[in-house]
Amino acid sequence: MDYKVPYLKQLELEAIYIFREAVSQCENPALLFSGGKDSIVMVHLAKKAFWPGKIPFPLVHIDTGHNFEETLTFRDELVKLHGHNLVVGSVEESIKNGEAHEEVGPKASRNALQSITLMSTIENNKYDCLFGGARRDEEKARAKERFFSHRDAFGQWEPKNQRPELWSLYNGRKNPDEHFRVFPLSNWTELDVWEYIRSEGIEIPSLYFSHKREVFKREGVIYAHAPFMTLIEGETVERVSVRFRTIGDVTCTGAVESTASTLEEVINEIKASRVTERGTRIDDKRSEAAMEDRKKQGYF
Amino acid sequence: MDILKFATVGSVDDGKSTLIGRLLFDSKSIYEDQLAAITETSKKRGEDFVNLALLTDGLRAEREQGITIDVAYRYFSTPQRKFIIADCPGHIEYTRNMVTGASSVDAVVILIDARHGVVEQTKRHSFITSLLQVKHLIVCINKMDLVDYSEDVYNKIKKDFSSFLTRLSIPDVHFIPISALDGDNVVDKSKNLPWYGGSTFLYTIENLHLGSDHNHVDCRFPIQIVIRPNLDYRAYAGRVESGVFKPGDEVRLLPSGFTTKIKKIETIDGEVKEAFHPMSVNILLEGEHDLSRGDMITKPNNQPEKAQDLDVMLCWLNKTPLNPKGKYIIKHTTKEVKAITKEILYKVNINNLHKDEEDKVIRMNDVGRAKFRVSSPLFIDKFKANKNSGSLILIDQFTNETVAAGLIL
Repeated sequence: MDYKVPYLKQLELEAIYIFREAVSQCENPALLFSGGKDSIVMVHLAKKAFWPGKIPFPLVHIDTGHNFEETLTFRDELVKLHGHNLVVGSVEESIKNGEAHEEVGPKASRNALQSITLMSTIENNKYDCLFGGARRDEEKARAKERFFSHRDAFGQWEPKNQRPELWSLYNGRKNPDEHFRVFPLSNWTELDVWEYIRSEGIEIPSLYFSHKREVFKREGVIYAHAPFMTLIEGETVERVSVRFRTIGDVTCTGAVESTASTLEEVINEIKASRVTERGTRIDDKRSEAAMEDRKKQGYF
Repeated sequence: MDILKFATVGSVDDGKSTLIGRLLFDSKSIYEDQLAAITETSKKRGEDFVNLALLTDGLRAEREQGITIDVAYRYFSTPQRKFIIADCPGHIEYTRNMVTGASSVDAVVILIDARHGVVEQTKRHSFITSLLQVKHLIVCINKMDLVDYSEDVYNKIKKDFSSFLTRLSIPDVHFIPISALDGDNVVDKSKNLPWYGGSTFLYTIENLHLGSDHNHVDCRFPIQIVIRPNLDYRAYAGRVESGVFKPGDEVRLLPSGFTTKIKKIETIDGEVKEAFHPMSVNILLEGEHDLSRGDMITKPNNQPEKAQDLDVMLCWLNKTPLNPKGKYIIKHTTKEVKAITKEILYKVNINNLHKDEEDKVIRMNDVGRAKFRVSSPLFIDKFKANKNSGSLILIDQFTNETVAAGLIL
C-alpha cells in the first residue's frame, strides 16, 4: 500500500493541524475575515478542523467603510448561514474618536488606518491569537513569515529576530498583552487556493468573476468607481468587463480586464498570467518595503 | 504531482539567493511585475546587472546589507514536480534560521564558492543536515566562472568535501559545478564546462528519488484537542505522526496504559478506513476514557519508551547559553513539561567533528549533547527511528523563546 496524500489534501491537512495547535495553546483566538477568497477558505478549513463542533472563535472584520457592496453582502450571508460569530472593527469609528487620521486628496486610502483599528479591536476584545489568510507566495515580506508569528505588546512584528520554528513543534507561549498571528495557509500559492475552491465547491463573492462595472484608470490601475472615489482631471468613468484577482477595499484594489466568468476560466487565466496577484494592489506600491513597514505596525 | 521541499544553505556570499533567483528566472517562474521591480531596485543601487538575489531577500535590512537574515520561502513548479524552497541565511549569526529552514525539508542544496572551497559554514551546515536526517544533499560548486571553469579546482573541492562527508550519514550526495550568476548548469547545460558529464541543477532536483521514508510502522497518535460538541460525541482529534490506524484496531492509551478499541475514525468528509501521516482525523474509542491533549494513542505491541530522563543532541539557537542547572520547558509532540538540565556531556567541534569535553558551554550555534530530567514522563522514540516522536524543542520559561532544537538519542 502506497501511503500518499494528494498535494491539495496535504495543504488542507497542514492547515487543520495548525488551527488545532493554535486553539489548544491560546485563550482567546479570532479569525481575521476580509471577505476575500483566502479568508473564505480559512473559514472552510476552520470548520473542518473542529467538526462536528462549531468554530470555537469569532470572525473579525476590519471594515474601512470603503468596502465593495458585494463583499459585505457575502460576509453577512455567510455568517447567517453558518451561525458564525462576527465582530466588526470600524475604521470610520477610529477616525471619529480621534485614534486615526484620515488621509486627504484623491489618492487617500484607509488601508494603513486598518492597523490602528485592528490593534484597538485586539486590545478591547483581549484576543491573544489571530488567524490570518496571508500566504508566503504573495509578497516578499510575507515570504519570511513563520506559521506562528509572535507580536509584542505593541502588536509589532520583529522580522530580524523571529523565533526559530522547528519541525511542526509550534511554540505558542507568550507574555500577557502579547499575541500571535497564525497563518495556516503559509504554504499555499494563489493557484492552490483556486484549485482548492474548485475541488471543495466553496462559494466566493461575484467580484472574482467577470462583470460589467464602472471604472476609471489611474497610473495603469483600473479602479472601481464609487461615491467616495474622487476623480482627478482628465480621468473618465467607463463601463468595462472586469474581475478582481484580490479583494481589499475599493481604494486599494485594482481590477483586471477579463471575460472569465466561471471558475474554470478564472483558473486558466491565472495559470496564463504573467503578473503577480498583488500586482493589482495599490497599497503594496507606496514604497519598496510597504508590506514590511505596515506589518511592523501591526498590519495583517 | 509530487512535491520536493528543499533548503539552500552554505556560507554567506556563496550565492544561495542568486541560485534561487536564477532558477526561477530561467525556468520562467518570475512574473513581469516582480522582474520590473527588481530591475528598478538594481538600477537604483547602481548595479550593472539585474540582481536576482533581490527576489528572495525581501526584508529592508537584507537589501541594505546584501545578506539573507531569515528564511524566505518560494514556490514554483515544473511539469515534473512542485517545489517549496527554503532559502536559508549563510551567516553564522543566523544559523537558528538555517535550522528552521532545514528541519522540514526532503533535500538540502549546499553552495560552495569555488574560490574558497570548503569553509567552516559548509561543514556546520552539512553537519546539521546530517543531524536532522535529511536524506539528499546536492553540492553546488558555484562561481566556476571566477576560477576559469577549472576542472582541477572542482575536483579538489569535491575530494575535500567528500572526505568530510564520510564522517556524516547522508545517504544520497550529488556534486554539480555551476555559475548561478550566469546560469551555467542551473537550468541549461553549460558550454563552459564541457568536462562535466552530469546533470544540471534543475534536472537533479526534478529527478531526486523520493522513496516513502516516513515511518508507517510505529503507531503514534498524540492528541491535539478533544472535540465534544454534545454529551453523545467525544472525539480525540490529532494528526497521525507515524504508523497506520484502522477502525477496530486494538489500541493502548498513554499514559494510563488502558487498552481499548477504535470505534470509528472520521473527518467532516466521511469515515476513514486507514489513517496515516500526515492525516488529521477524529478518533472515537470504545468506552469512556480520561484522555486529553498531550496524551497518546498507540498500539499494544509497539510502545514508545516511557522516559523521565532524556539524552538529547541539541542545536542551540539562543544568545543565552545552556544553563547547566537551568529549568526549561520541553515541547514534545503535543505535550509540554518542565525540564531541568542534569548534565552537559560534550560539545561537537564543527571542524573536525571531535567531542569537546573540556569546554562544555553550549552557546548559540553550537551542537552539543546534554541530559535532562522532566517533571512527568514523556513517551519517546529515538529521532533516528521516528522524527516526529523523536524531536523536541526547548523553551525558556521566562522569555518564552525557543532556545534549542533537540534530537532524542
